[in-house]
Amino acid sequence: MKINVQSNLYTFIYASVMVILVALALSLAFIKLKPLQDANMQKEKQQAILASIGLKCEREQAPELFKQYIKQSFVINISGNKIPGLDPLKISLEEQYHKPLKQRQLPVFIAEYQGQKIYVFPVYGKGLWGPIWGYVALDKDLNTIHGVIFDHKGETPGLGAEIAQPWFQKQFIGKKIFDQNGNFVSIAVVKGGAPKNDPHAVDAISGGTLTSKGLQAMLHDFLGGYVNFMKKVRAN
Amino acid sequence: MAKLSKILTEPLNLNNPVTVQILGICSALAITVKMKPAVVMALSVMFVLSFANVIISLLRNTIPTRIRIIVQLVIVAALVVLVDQFLKAYLFDISKQLSVFVGLIITNCIIMGRLEAFALGNKPLPSFLDGIGNAAGYGIILVIVSFFRELLGSGTIWGFRVIPMSAYAHGYENNGLMILPPMALILIGTIIWIQRGIFKELQGRS
Repeated sequence: MKINVQSNLYTFIYASVMVILVALALSLAFIKLKPLQDANMQKEKQQAILASIGLKCEREQAPELFKQYIKQSFVINISGNKIPGLDPLKISLEEQYHKPLKQRQLPVFIAEYQGQKIYVFPVYGKGLWGPIWGYVALDKDLNTIHGVIFDHKGETPGLGAEIAQPWFQKQFIGKKIFDQNGNFVSIAVVKGGAPKNDPHAVDAISGGTLTSKGLQAMLHDFLGGYVNFMKKVRAN
Repeated sequence: MAKLSKILTEPLNLNNPVTVQILGICSALAITVKMKPAVVMALSVMFVLSFANVIISLLRNTIPTRIRIIVQLVIVAALVVLVDQFLKAYLFDISKQLSVFVGLIITNCIIMGRLEAFALGNKPLPSFLDGIGNAAGYGIILVIVSFFRELLGSGTIWGFRVIPMSAYAHGYENNGLMILPPMALILIGTIIWIQRGIFKELQGRS
């Protein structure tokens, strides 16, 4: 029997069968590969957190070193109180970013590295083309920046994408996020270069103005969510 | 046999998808700032294009003409998503390098162009070779363009510094324009110009 390939019925059945088969194949692949992908993401997170406290390592070693150096990790709400029963590594910052401030669940990591106590705060914000995120590590005084790590989904290579480069991130070391009166001022990313000796500002990236602005907003708004927690710890 | 090898080698030069057919320009502009992502992109396109060509070629007698573009798109998109998922699970670092570019493969006009022009009317083996050849032709252009853009724009090649830091101390500066897409267009234009200057037979065709 010869089938008429051009008939309406055949076309309809062909399209339906194709879509169902492809959908099946893709969902199978997704379900099978998801655990591996999640494990990779988690290792990368651990690697980034370790990098922010100044410990560079390969991704595969990250889980072990993470266990060794990260002494405490917990989730807090906007008023700085701990929320029990949540795994800080499993918190999706993207979800938290879209929640109103009062409902945010913010992960905190406390490391002990080279005899120092270091707090690590994950941050998340908007760049020019898509999300940017990072980890801000603060010294024991919860004011001086120990180190930062930033990453991005798709900022322009050579311009906005430079936020992921060491030269940019190095500028943050030693800067302070509170002014002398204890008010949260965060770090300004200044176009045309930050004034020398300004403890609250770093140089922006030439050609990457919008990403720089997004980063500044992220450091103000998302990091600002931890301020109550920081003040509480500093008061004790 | 001679015909098969012609299918494989012609897209490298005389029928190059980028410089002669002027396809795939968009991604050639986007990802040629550095060499490494350009090469990975070329390899991913090679994988997707050769397999999509084979699948379409196998199905060519069953596809209803009226929905053939949709069928091609679904197959290309499915392959790209699969590649993306596999990279994320097994080659995480490469998948990070490619990030948004993987999605760009779907919209690469070379792929749709070859499916329409070749795979729909040819057997699987020639289609496979056509896919490899065209992706290689695309890859060559990417490598040439990204070589110049990375060298002049960042002073590095494959991530290694070739222009010494001392040159910068003496006033040398990277060409910022090289990092931006317009320069890729100018470079591709220059390549087309040189190619047509050498191979006169290309001149009458356009």
